[in-house]
Order: sequence, then C-alpha cells, then structure tokens
Amino acid sequence: MSTMTAYEINGLVAEHDEEGYLKDIGQWTPELAELIAKSEQIDMTPDHWEVVNFLREYYEEYQIAPAVRILVKEMTKKFGKEKGDQKALYALFPYGPAKQACKIAGLPKPTGCV
Amino acid sequence: MGTLHTINKSPFERNSFATCLAHASAGDVILMIEDGVVGARKGSSFAPALAAKLASCAIYALGPDLAARGMKPEDVLEGVKLVDYAGFVDLTTEKARVCAWL
Amino acid sequence: MSDENRKKFLYINRKAPYGTIYALESLEVVLIGAAFEQDVSLAFIDDGVYQLMANQDTAAVGMKNFSKTYRALGDYEVRKLYVEKESLAERGLTAENLMPIVYEDEDDDYAEKPSLIFVDRAEMAALIRSQDVILSF
Repeated sequence: MSTMTAYEINGLVAEHDEEGYLKDIGQWTPELAELIAKSEQIDMTPDHWEVVNFLREYYEEYQIAPAVRILVKEMTKKFGKEKGDQKALYALFPYGPAKQACKIAGLPKPTGCV
Repeated sequence: MGTLHTINKSPFERNSFATCLAHASAGDVILMIEDGVVGARKGSSFAPALAAKLASCAIYALGPDLAARGMKPEDVLEGVKLVDYAGFVDLTTEKARVCAWL
Repeated sequence: MSDENRKKFLYINRKAPYGTIYALESLEVVLIGAAFEQDVSLAFIDDGVYQLMANQDTAAVGMKNFSKTYRALGDYEVRKLYVEKESLAERGLTAENLMPIVYEDEDDDYAEKPSLIFVDRAEMAALIRSQDVILSF
C-alpha cells in the first residue's frame, strides 16, 4: 500500500484513520505527538503543549474531547482569560483546536466536530 | 393540547406499553403503531389495563398496522379508535408534543 | 440565545448501557445538541437508570466506559438529570447505587451542586407535560 496508514517513530508503529487520528490512544507518546504535529505543519511550543495536555486530562476524566466552547471555558478557568481565548487557540491550531489539538493529543475525533 | 404518546412495541415483548400507560396524563392521547397494535386486541391480558386508561385518555390504534397483522376492527378493544396515516398526522399536529415509547 | 427561542428539551433514557447503542447515542445527541443552548433535561426511566450506576467497569467487555461522560454534562449546561424512584426500586436499586454527578454553579462561586434529581412517577409525568420537545432513546 502506498498511502500512509500508520505513524512510525523509534520502532513504534501507530495506526491511524484516514484523517490521521490514532486508532489506539494507548500508543500515544510525547514523541509521537511531535510527529503528528509535524504532519499538521505545527511546531510544538509550550503553549501548544498546554492545550494538548489539557485535552488529555479532560479525556482521561470524562472519556470525551470537549467541544471548542467548553475547551475555551475550562482553559479560562484553569489558565486565565489569555489562554482561554478562542482566537488564541486558533492561532495555535489554525485548522481548529478541537480537530488538530485532539489529533496531536491522540484522542479520537471529537463528537459533533465540524 | 396535551401529549401524543406513541407505542411501537408489543406489550408482550417490552415494558414500553406499561411505562407509557404509567406516564400518560389525563387528556393525553395514546396511539399504538407497528407492533404496538398487538396491545389493542380484545381479550388480551393487557386489555384490562388499556380499558382502565380509557377513562382518562383517548386511545387509538393505527389501522394499516392492525390489518398487516391480520386483525380486523372488531378484534380491537371497545373504546379504542382506529386511525389511518392521515389521522396519525392530525393527532401529531393537535397535541403540544409527541412522546415515543420505544 | 433569547428566551423566546429557548425550548424545553427532554431526553428520555429507558435502556441499560452497552447491550444496545441507545444509551451512547442519546449521550452523543445531548452533547451535540448542547451547542444549541436550549433548556435541556434528561430523564432516566426503567432500565435507563442503569446508565448512572456507580463503579461501571467495561475493561473485560472491551467497550468504552462512557459512564464518566455523564459527569461532563455540567460543563455543557446540562444540569437536570431526573431519575425515577419507582424504576430504581423495581430493580432493587437505591440512589446510593448511582454515581454522584455534580455541576459547578458559576453564579454561586463555582459551588458544586448535584445534577441528579430523584422524582416519583407522577412527577415524571408532570415533567413530560411541561416540555416542548421530547426525544426518546
């Protein structure tokens, strides 16, 4: 097969779906996150990591990726208004924080994500 | 006003029928459709419960679903009215809301 | 959203989780529908009360334990989860068998308040009567 259906890093083969979302969240590592980010043309900065880590914690607790407005609300609560800002989140993840950040965080595609 | 309750499962298969009867308020309408029409039959073990509910609710059964299951109008419990698809639509528009018991 | 456009939506849940897709589908519709900022209530009747059981462990059946997701509903402004007392009693259950679900009240210094509301059958019937739209699962 010529199309890429898995990420490969340090001998780890992590399968993903046609949009790039990991099939097994258990295979996620920070190194893999960097690789997924690169395929999304994103260079991970501490600000990116803050969002990705937040998403992973939210998923661990509730078994869902939050909708963008919930992400904004909860980020505001946790990190303050500057971080909990939709514009700032889109600046970090131009194709949508829910979509791109979730992919990098190893989460499934968010429910109802458009 | 009031609620249109629809039941589409046989009372012999699920408890939807009993739960519907337990949650329908006075003045509501109950409509049996699909396998729900099984509960409309005269002489069934559910007929007494249905008959009791007739005191506070209008109860209907969808004719085409009765016919499909080999039941004639005279097989239906007294007091239960028959409607066709157009009547189903009318009931839907007459009531404030529809509550489906699956 | 202006109040006149705000409608009362009731999601009725009557199936146990995992055996069929109903419970998960309902939860997903509730989460997606929350974006429309309506006045949402959830009702748990019959086997639907099993969706709220504490200590659900799906590891051995190999399915996602979505019971944790009910605890996120408060974030989505879904804060009225009505549980029918008779349905619990018929199944040999009490309120203590269910997981605690709370929401944070922004208007009260983020105080945690319970989302579960225990009602009897007559109160559930009255709740149904008070709705604009009812979605059944």
